[in-house]
Amino acid sequence: MAQITIKGVKKNYAKTAVIHGVDVNIEAGEFVVILGPSGCGKSTLLRMIAGLEEITEGEIAIGGTVVNKLEPRERGCAMVFQNYALYPHMTVRKNIGYALKVAKVPKAERDARVMKVAQSVSLEPFLDRRPGELSGGQRQRVAMARAMVREPKVFLFDEPFSNLDAKLRVAMRSEVRRLHRDLGVTSVFVTHDQIEAMTLADKLIIMNAGKVEQIGKPTEVYNNPASRFVADFIGSPAMNLFEGEFDAEGHFVHGAGGRMNVSQLNGVRQPGRKVVLGVRPEGVRRTGADTHGAIPAVVDYVEELGASRLIHADANGSRIVALDNDSAELKSGTPVHLSLADSALHLFSLEDGRRISH
Amino acid sequence: MERRAYYRNGWMPWLLLAPQLILVLVFFYWPTTQALYWAFSLEQPWGGGNTWVGFDNFLAIFRDREYWGTVLRSAFYAIVSTGLSMAVALTLAAFVDRSLKGTRIFQSIYVWPYAIAAPAAGVAFRFIFAPESGLIGSVNQIWPGIWDPATNGIHALAMVIVCHAWLGIGYNFIFFLAALQMIPRSISEAGAMDGARPFQRLIDLQLPLIAPTAFFLLIMNLISSFTDSFGLIDVMTEGGPIGQTEVMVYKIYFDGFKGLDYSGAAAQSIVLMLLVIGLTFVQFKWVERRVHYN
Repeated sequence: MAQITIKGVKKNYAKTAVIHGVDVNIEAGEFVVILGPSGCGKSTLLRMIAGLEEITEGEIAIGGTVVNKLEPRERGCAMVFQNYALYPHMTVRKNIGYALKVAKVPKAERDARVMKVAQSVSLEPFLDRRPGELSGGQRQRVAMARAMVREPKVFLFDEPFSNLDAKLRVAMRSEVRRLHRDLGVTSVFVTHDQIEAMTLADKLIIMNAGKVEQIGKPTEVYNNPASRFVADFIGSPAMNLFEGEFDAEGHFVHGAGGRMNVSQLNGVRQPGRKVVLGVRPEGVRRTGADTHGAIPAVVDYVEELGASRLIHADANGSRIVALDNDSAELKSGTPVHLSLADSALHLFSLEDGRRISH
Repeated sequence: MERRAYYRNGWMPWLLLAPQLILVLVFFYWPTTQALYWAFSLEQPWGGGNTWVGFDNFLAIFRDREYWGTVLRSAFYAIVSTGLSMAVALTLAAFVDRSLKGTRIFQSIYVWPYAIAAPAAGVAFRFIFAPESGLIGSVNQIWPGIWDPATNGIHALAMVIVCHAWLGIGYNFIFFLAALQMIPRSISEAGAMDGARPFQRLIDLQLPLIAPTAFFLLIMNLISSFTDSFGLIDVMTEGGPIGQTEVMVYKIYFDGFKGLDYSGAAAQSIVLMLLVIGLTFVQFKWVERRVHYN
């Protein structure tokens, strides 16, 4: 178990900067997920921790030791690769035991440790097979066993489940969670799948375009997104975001002149201030026409989710999505009234996208 | 999908095949049958009649101790030049594979030697290795007489082998590099995470994965060193000193065209041909059963 400190880390390829200064503290034993869209630099950051990429600037320390100049083998990290990267010419047993063989662990001890790890991920029946003879899920478990057998200080996962089907992904997720609970090893997990991130993480790091957007617990990030990017990226269905400004009476004016009564945003409603107003679909409700501040809208189409449904509607030129539990039929073109839940409003600056607290 | 062309008139396909068929018949099968015929008969050097002697020519060369010396020398030549050439090529390829910068330039630079005709390279190496004036000959300035391929058979053989190996490096390099680059980068990275150093990764991970290519190169190099060594030896040493660089293919030339023993030379040709056919057969057997992972 080890703490990881990332200080002012930058990465350039030739003259292109891909990571512009990242500062993160990862506590010992923590499960950290780095989440971001593809090309945001999350895998590069992970590979810099692993030692597979050089660090252009800044410092990474594992367990108090600065590792910038250390080879991967000296850092005490084990990694699970996206495409598994199993050794195709070796049996599962040899794949798992290779690190121990390199470390010159005596054969008897090596076999015992391989067996123990194989049992923990239910691989014993396959020990003498080659990776080519295994299914995707089994290969994935071999990759995990190979990482576990070394008893590393840190686990690194580089989008390990992206080649698995949806059902297997859920199963592997709980397996990883269980392993982390049992072993308690500091883990860094990179993914672009927000559900994976939300369910696995003790701490979530959201990255975008080579920068950290927000660090926090999954619920924190969900409930208090630090920027417009995070608000948009986290949550499915995505948050409703309206660009607009406040008028002289403190109403929020958006789209083609639609007005919303947002009196709960008291204090930040300077007239003419350009902002982005965010509200999650579960914070938008259908309501009666006479409700104070109700927003008139026209139904565009309805997405059935089974237990609930999503109403996509047009409110004065702005698209708005509402989560609805009512089962009454709603045809396209039906006028409805929507209201915004008081506590559910998020406000971001239109200029830099940062959160405006209220 | 099976693709087939049908011709209405029967002679058309034969006409289309003719250029290739004529080439093969005139330049390969005809000389080969001629050699076969000579190998089983006693051919007079100045023409004019020959006698069928069955296996006598073969028995004669197999009884000849000097011939077996040549066979052993050829085997030594083949193994050492192949080993040397492949080892150097693999080393270069491994380096180029590791740092991809400029790979394209090195790919073409390293393959150039392959484009040089053996006799031309032989002349160049004769200058390089000349005991009086060459690059290597300059060691004689320091320790007089330490290097003299003109009188020392071991030196002469080493010189020819080095030159032969040098000629093959480019070819081997290209194949090794292509094979190494076919291996996913992450396998090497996984090896690094598992704690293996570059050399150990080469031995444990990369070599087993390029085994089919390495085997192909091994056979090609062996065949080439049995058959292509003639030009080199003829230019550099003419088999000397005292026959110490005489390999099978050179002895065929020498016995046949210098010694005018056509029948003996023909029998030797047949033996060499069978050897090369044997190696090719092994190669095809292997290619069919090529190791496939995934």
